[in-house]
Amino acid sequence: MTTRWFGAPVQRSEDPRLLRGRGTYVDDINLPEMLHAAVLRSPYAHARIKRIDASAARALPGVHLVLTATDLGELLEPSPLLVPHPALTQPRTQLPLARDEVHYAGAAVAFVVAEDRYLAEDALELIDVDYEPLPVVASLEQAAAEGAPLVHADVPGNVAAHLVQRVGDPEGVIASAPHVLRERFVMERGSAMPMEGRGVVARWDAHEGMLTCWMSTQGPIPIRNGLAAMFHLPEHKVRVVAPDVGGGFGTKIMMFYPEEILTPLAALRLGRPVKWIEDRAEHFVSANQERGQIHDVEYAFDDQGILLAVRDIFLHDTGAYTPYGIIVPIITACTLPGPYRLRHYYSEFTVLYTNKVPVSPYRGAGRPHAVFVMERIMDRIAAELGLDPLEVRSRNFIRPDEFPWDVGLVYQDGGPTIYDSGNYQAGLERLKEALGYEQFRAEQRRAREQGRYLGVGVACYVEGTGIGPYEGAQVRVESDGRVYVSTGVTTQGQAHQTTFAQIVADQLGIDPRDVLVTTGDSQAFYWGVGTFASRAATVAGSAIHLAAVKVRQKAKQVAADLFEASPDDIELADGKVFVRDAPQRALTLGQVAIAANPLRYSYGENARKLMQMQLAGPRPGPALPEERGGPGLEATAFYSPPRGTFASGAHGAIVEVDPRTGMVTILKYVAVHDCGRVINPLVVEGQVHGGVAQGIGGAFYERLVFNEEGQLLNGSFMDYLLPTVEEIPPLQVEHIETPSPLNPLGVKGAGEAGTIPVAALFAAALDDALAPFGLRIREMPLDPCRLHKLLKELQSTQRA
Amino acid sequence: MYAFEEPGSPPQFCEEYDLTVTVNGRLYQRRVPVRMLLSDFLRHELQLTGTHVGCEHGVCGCCTVLLNGEAVRSCLLLAVQVDNMALTTIEGLAGSSEELHPIQRAFQEKHALQCGFCTPGFIMSVHAFLHENPEPDEQQIRQGLAGNLCRCTGYHNIVEAVKLAAHYLRSSQSQREEA
Ligand code: FES
Ligand code: FES
Repeated sequence: MTTRWFGAPVQRSEDPRLLRGRGTYVDDINLPEMLHAAVLRSPYAHARIKRIDASAARALPGVHLVLTATDLGELLEPSPLLVPHPALTQPRTQLPLARDEVHYAGAAVAFVVAEDRYLAEDALELIDVDYEPLPVVASLEQAAAEGAPLVHADVPGNVAAHLVQRVGDPEGVIASAPHVLRERFVMERGSAMPMEGRGVVARWDAHEGMLTCWMSTQGPIPIRNGLAAMFHLPEHKVRVVAPDVGGGFGTKIMMFYPEEILTPLAALRLGRPVKWIEDRAEHFVSANQERGQIHDVEYAFDDQGILLAVRDIFLHDTGAYTPYGIIVPIITACTLPGPYRLRHYYSEFTVLYTNKVPVSPYRGAGRPHAVFVMERIMDRIAAELGLDPLEVRSRNFIRPDEFPWDVGLVYQDGGPTIYDSGNYQAGLERLKEALGYEQFRAEQRRAREQGRYLGVGVACYVEGTGIGPYEGAQVRVESDGRVYVSTGVTTQGQAHQTTFAQIVADQLGIDPRDVLVTTGDSQAFYWGVGTFASRAATVAGSAIHLAAVKVRQKAKQVAADLFEASPDDIELADGKVFVRDAPQRALTLGQVAIAANPLRYSYGENARKLMQMQLAGPRPGPALPEERGGPGLEATAFYSPPRGTFASGAHGAIVEVDPRTGMVTILKYVAVHDCGRVINPLVVEGQVHGGVAQGIGGAFYERLVFNEEGQLLNGSFMDYLLPTVEEIPPLQVEHIETPSPLNPLGVKGAGEAGTIPVAALFAAALDDALAPFGLRIREMPLDPCRLHKLLKELQSTQRA
Repeated sequence: MYAFEEPGSPPQFCEEYDLTVTVNGRLYQRRVPVRMLLSDFLRHELQLTGTHVGCEHGVCGCCTVLLNGEAVRSCLLLAVQVDNMALTTIEGLAGSSEELHPIQRAFQEKHALQCGFCTPGFIMSVHAFLHENPEPDEQQIRQGLAGNLCRCTGYHNIVEAVKLAAHYLRSSQSQREEA
C-alpha cells in the first residue's frame, strides 16, 4: 500500500456539489403533478376535541384532500414504541392525527393537500375545530406535584417510568463518610434546531406498485419497514431515501412523526406525488425536544478529595409522549459516573409527562445533564477542601491499566456499561497545557486587581458511542474501476461520503475520489438501523472495512488466476493490481472486476485492454469457482459490535464576566478529544466545533420558555437564540488516540462529544470568575439576565 | 391581496402579476401570484433550489441572494418586489465553469461546511461582505457574518474560510491589475 488514507485530512467529496447549490434536500425535489400539504396544529396544550368541521376547507377550489382522525381508518394507531423497557410501565405514543384529545400545543389535528402550499395554508384557516380546554401540566415541578392535573387521564401521577439502579452500598458509605453534601441541579428544555426542518415527499407509482418517499430523516430503513407494514406493501416495494439532510442532531431519528405517515397516505389516496415541508414555526412546536431534568443529588467524599458515593434522584420531562422509550434518562444515569472510580452509586429517576412537545434524544442525549451534575460535584469537592479542581479529578480518574472498567450499570442497549479503553489523565494534562492553566492563575490575579473578573473551568466526560445492533455495507468495483459503496446509515453533514471512501481506498489501493458512497437509500442497501448515538463511523465504518477486505481478497484471487501466481503475491496499489515482483505488468481494478464476472463478452475500454493482454485463460471447471462467492468484485459484510465503545474528552475555557451586566466573554476554548483512531481529522474537528457551539447555545441562550398554559413563548429565531459567529470563540481541538479494542478500525464515535461537557465547564468558569461573590451555579442555561439576577440575590442575602 | 396604484386611477387589487427579472444573467418573464415569496419563486418557479429556506422569518440567512449586488433575504421579499431587477443566486456564482468561485474554494479547503444547508446563504453574504471589506480583520468578519446561522460547523472554519477567500480575491484582483 503506497498511500494511507485513513487518518489523512482528505477534503470532502460532497463539497463541490453543495457549494454550487446543487445539493438535493427534500424540498429541492419537484415532481410533475406534485401537490403540497400543510398541517393544522392544536393551539392548546391540552384540550378535548369536541368537533371538527372541515367542510369549508374541502370545498375550497384547489384543495384535493383533507384528512382528520376519522379519515385514517386502520392507520389511526399510536406510533410504535421504539425502545420498550420494563420500567416504562405507562408508555404513550402519538396518533398520526389527534382524535379526542390533544396533549401539546402543536399536535397535528388535520392534514390538507392542495395545489400549492399557499392554498393548503388557506384551507387550514377554514377548518373549524371546537376545543374544550383542559388543565395543563406545563412544567416538571408541576407534573410531580401532589394533585397535579393529568396529561393522560389514565396515567396516575403523570408517571411514565421509574427506574432504580444501584452499585455497591451508597447508603452505607454516605452514612459513615467524612463529608456529605446535598444539592439540586436544574437543566431546561432546548431544541436541536437543524437549519433544515423536517420534510417528506411521497410518490406512488401504480405501474411498479412502488411507494417512494424522500424524507429528511436519520433512519430511512426502519421507516421503510414500518410504512410497508402500515400500507400492506412488500418491504422491497417501499423505498425510503434520506437525500441531503440539512442537519439532524437526533431530532430526525424519531419515528413516526405524523407527517411521515400522512404524506405517503395522501400520495397513495390521490395517486399524485405529495410534498410536506415543515416550516420553522412548525419545527418549534412539532419536532421533538430534550434536556429538561431536575437532579437532587447527595454525595460523599473523603479528606483527600476522593469521591466515595453518589445518590442521584432525578425527574425527567418526556413531554406528552414517550416515543423513544426512556433512552434519554437511562443514558443520563449511566453517564453520570464519568471518568471516575465511583464504586457506590444509587440512581433513581422518574419520567414524567407534561403537556409539551415530546422528548427524544438530541445531540448529547441525556449526557450533558449527567456531566453537569458530576463535574459540579468535582468542583465542589475542590472548593470544600481547598484543592485544585483538576487535581481532584486526577485523584478520582480510572487509570489506563484498569480497563475494561465495569461501571456496574445496565446501558441503553440493555448490555453492561463497560468502558473499553481510555486515558483520562493524558487528556487532562493536554488540556492543562493547551489552556495555559498554570499561567492563568497569575493573569487572573492581575485582572482582579484591575477589577476584572476572569475565570477558568474544565469538564471531563466519558461518552458511550457506537452501539449496536448492527450495520452492513456492500462494496462493488465496477468495470470502469470505480468503487461503489452502499450502507444503511444516513448522513446529515458528517462527511460519510469522504470518510467511508477513505476506509475503502486503503484496502483497494485506490484514490478515495474513485470511491462513491451511497447512504440512506433503502433500495441501495436493504439492511440497517440509522445514524444516531455517534455510531455511523464505528458500526457502519467497520462493516464497510470488512466488506472492502473481502473485495481485496477476491481481487487477489482473480488476479492470481490471470497472472498464474499465488494470491499472496498479488498487490493492490495506486489503482493497479499486480504480482509483487512484476509491477510493470499490471491490471487496473476495473479490469479485474471484468475478469471477475466470467461472461463471454464485455464492453468498454478496460475490456478491450484486458483482451489484448497475454493472460491465463479460464481454469478448468465451473466458470465461477465456489470460493469466489459470486460474480464480480463485490462483497457485503455486516458488523455487530459486542457492546458500545466509550469515547472521552476534557474541555476547558477561560471567560471574563462583567458582574454588573452578567455578560460573559469567552476568551479561550480548548477541547481535548479522544475518539479512538481518527479517520479524518478535519471531519472530527468539525464535529467537535459544531458540538461545542451547540453546547454554548445550551449553556447560555437556548431555553424554550413555556407559560403556564403550555404555550411556547419564544418559538422563533428572534426569540430562541441560536448562537451566531459572534457568540462562538475560536476553538482549539486537540486529539488523543486511545484505540477501541472492540472494532477492527479502533474507532469510537465523535458526533455528539462536543456538546456534552460544555454547560458543566462554563458553570465552573463562572463560579471561578465570580468567586469573590461566592457564586455557585446549579442550573443551565444561564443567560446574562439570569446570571445578573443570581448575583443580585447573592448580594442581597450577603447584606441581610 | 396586494395593491398597485396606477397614477390617477383608483387602486386596483390583483392576485397575479407579470414579473420580469434577471437571475444569474438570464431574463425571466413569469406570471406569479403577488403573495409569492421571492424565495419560493426562485426555488419552485425557476428551480434554483440552491437558495435555501431555514426560517422564513428573516433571521437565519439561508435564503440570502444578491439583489443588484447587495445581500438580501429572499424570504423577506415578495417576488413582485424584484420586478425589473437583477439577482444573483448561488448557482450563478461559479456559473457553469469547472472552477469553483474563490469563496467556494476557500469553503472547501477550510472544511467550512457540513450539512451544507446554510452554505449558499453564507457564501452569498460573504460575497457581498468581501466586496465592501476586501481586507477584513477577524472581528470585522465575525460582525459581518453575524446575520447567518449555521448549526453544524460552530463557525470556526467559516471564519477561516472567509480569511482565505479574502486572500484569494485580493490576489486575483492584483493579478488582473498587473495584466
Ligand atoms: S429563510 Fe430567509 S432568513 Fe431564514
Ligand atoms: S453546515 Fe449545516 S447548518 Fe451550516
